[in-house]
Amino acid sequence: MSQTATQMTIAKALNESLRTALENDPKVLMMGEDVGRLGGVFRITDGLQKDFGENRVIDTPLAESGIVGTAIGLALRGYRPVVEIQFDGFVFPAYDQIVTQMAKMHARALGKIKLPVVVRIPYGGGIGAVEHHSESPEALFAHVPGLKVVGPSNPSDAYWMLQQAIECDDPVIFLEPKRRYWDKGLVDVSAVPTALHKAVVARPGTDLTLAAYGPMVKVCLEAAAAAENEGRSLEVVDLRSMSPIDFDTVQESVERTRRLVVVHEAPVFYGSGAEIAARITERCFYHLEAPVLRVGGFHAPYPPARLEEEFLPGLDRVLDAVDRALAF
Amino acid sequence: MSVKSTAAGRTPAKGSGSTARGGAKRRGGQPGLVQLLTPEGERVEHAEYSIDLTPDELRGLYRDMVLTRRFDAEAITLQRQGELGLWASLLGQEAAQIGSGRATRSDDYIFPTYREHGVAWTRDVDPLNLLGMFRGVNNGGWDPNENNFHLYTIVIGAQTLHATGYAMGLAMDGADSAVIAYFGDGASSQGDVAESFTFASVYNAPVVFFCQNNQWAISEPTEKQSRVPIYQRAAGFGFPGVRVDGNDVLAVLAVTRAALEHARSGQGPMLVEAFTYRMGAHTTTDDPTRYRSDEEREEWAAKDPIARLRSYLDKQGLADEGYYAGVEAEADALAKRVRDGVRGMPDPEPMAIFEHAYADGHPLVDEERAQYAAYRDSFADSGDSADNSAADAGKVR
Ligand SMILES: Cc1ncc(C[n+]2csc(CCOP(=O)(O)OP(=O)(O)O)c2C)c(N)n1
Repeated sequence: MSQTATQMTIAKALNESLRTALENDPKVLMMGEDVGRLGGVFRITDGLQKDFGENRVIDTPLAESGIVGTAIGLALRGYRPVVEIQFDGFVFPAYDQIVTQMAKMHARALGKIKLPVVVRIPYGGGIGAVEHHSESPEALFAHVPGLKVVGPSNPSDAYWMLQQAIECDDPVIFLEPKRRYWDKGLVDVSAVPTALHKAVVARPGTDLTLAAYGPMVKVCLEAAAAAENEGRSLEVVDLRSMSPIDFDTVQESVERTRRLVVVHEAPVFYGSGAEIAARITERCFYHLEAPVLRVGGFHAPYPPARLEEEFLPGLDRVLDAVDRALAF
Repeated sequence: MSVKSTAAGRTPAKGSGSTARGGAKRRGGQPGLVQLLTPEGERVEHAEYSIDLTPDELRGLYRDMVLTRRFDAEAITLQRQGELGLWASLLGQEAAQIGSGRATRSDDYIFPTYREHGVAWTRDVDPLNLLGMFRGVNNGGWDPNENNFHLYTIVIGAQTLHATGYAMGLAMDGADSAVIAYFGDGASSQGDVAESFTFASVYNAPVVFFCQNNQWAISEPTEKQSRVPIYQRAAGFGFPGVRVDGNDVLAVLAVTRAALEHARSGQGPMLVEAFTYRMGAHTTTDDPTRYRSDEEREEWAAKDPIARLRSYLDKQGLADEGYYAGVEAEADALAKRVRDGVRGMPDPEPMAIFEHAYADGHPLVDEERAQYAAYRDSFADSGDSADNSAADAGKVR
């Protein structure tokens, strides 16, 4: 790392990233509930309205469909809106605009218009919140053609991926792992960033691949560290992007380790793990020593806070799946 | 894209009281604001909305407000002590909630948001029931049909549509009760709320939309939601709207009674905007010092709903020290019951995750429940689960 690397939290990295984007491009706008004076309920936009004014950091009416719908209009007019949805569970009033409008306009206009809108959503559980504040809706977006879906797991990716998302000419759903907002890591603001949709090997290993993204990368890294004590070498792939998915990197890893466990917080049923399992089975059929296993949430509503540790995949559930995969 | 503030919104526009009920023109207070009790506790009359309560009823309203405030304060304390994950305080909004809640009949149906602890009180919902969700032991936790008080709704505005549909059902059934839907000034921006206005109006549904305009939606003032006073929105949908002093329990009671009667008598929906103030933080995680001034808070403190009624009771000689001491003692007892009740509230069993996902069951849920039970059992110590201890000893981590 160069001299320009500094320690910061994911929250701070996102804030710095937005600041840089606002500085670099006068067409970039922030929009959302409480993003101005309050700086957002997680303070991700802290100080930006003060420095860039009310016309670039816009406190919107409390209307998610309105926020995304008007962001689409602003994008049609040449702006690059970065929209904040306050919590995962509140994106659904805007889901119609995102899915039926934002995702399809480029194709409907035969490529003549671009919709560079970023929808930032703090997502996932683990913060002891009330309902609608802990959900993982990534599959609901990744399933929709026309949208890109990405999510950093660490401060450096938070810093870089958000700017890359803002520079992207397609609509991007940017999922922020809210329970990791306060985790620290090094950010090098002069580095050459990894491509937005590239998966990376976060920890090399030889016996099995754990594939994860966002909040679950940390759990997988911890699981790999714990497994090492038992003499097992687990490789952790951080997918970083859920649409598109860099299957090549996963495939290369699985061809080496021959086993794959996919980990995410969202319910397993119809989740992103199913997509990864299917593709990797197709690509690596003759390399696999075990079926691809999935660890994730249950087919039940996200539970009240006192039960969320049961619902969320933790170290033990990941390692249990590792045991099962290695037992084949 | 200018987003500069104008005077509209927070200050009622002059002479803006015209409603289908003939206009809620002022007597005391601001134009367009129905008031029956001034902040100083003086009784004033209003051309359209009147009320005549017995001394017992007046004292009852006072007691309701004091007990509700104490319950709320106890909940904040419990949150600070780590017993609750979160709390949304109603401090300052007691009159809006007690007045409107006491205006309902037991066969009316209520759709609250997440801050209607006072309304719940008027419906005899056990205050402890309200705390489960904030403690994180359930996501609702009471039977809405027991007191005709629906579950709290966190997604802003969603319940106004449910209220309207319920009211449509009442009308279809020929029932003569009404529905009241609570929401905030911020919520008035949501598409769902506009759609509920449309449905209610088109189907002449017996629903009262009760907006507690407490001036703020987290950090955003009302003028970030609307450039006209909220009660005036009703006109565009074809039903009456009225603004009432939300810190005046008598006026709220009178106006809400009239609105419910309007709905029950087949005249369709009505919008009541209770003009009030959230004295505390949005929730216990909020920091209002980042967005609003002490002066503003002080200005509203002078309009305190409980002090106002008390000074009226005193002026009329309707209550003595013995009475107030009695209410205080009741408040202490309520606080203790709540404190003990919350501390004794158990965490749910882990397997509760799988309960009630479906009414008719689902094989996948059954499968996952069985798998997870087996997985959990694999961790059991030899002490607690003799059945599995030997077989799974090797798997314990
Ligand atoms: C659809 C939706 N968007 C955002 C939120 C987050 N949120 C919770 S309360 C709130 C402000 C609500 O303000 P208002 O409607 O005025 O009601 P008040 O809390 O002031 O009673 C916001 C933005 C939410 N709960 N639901």
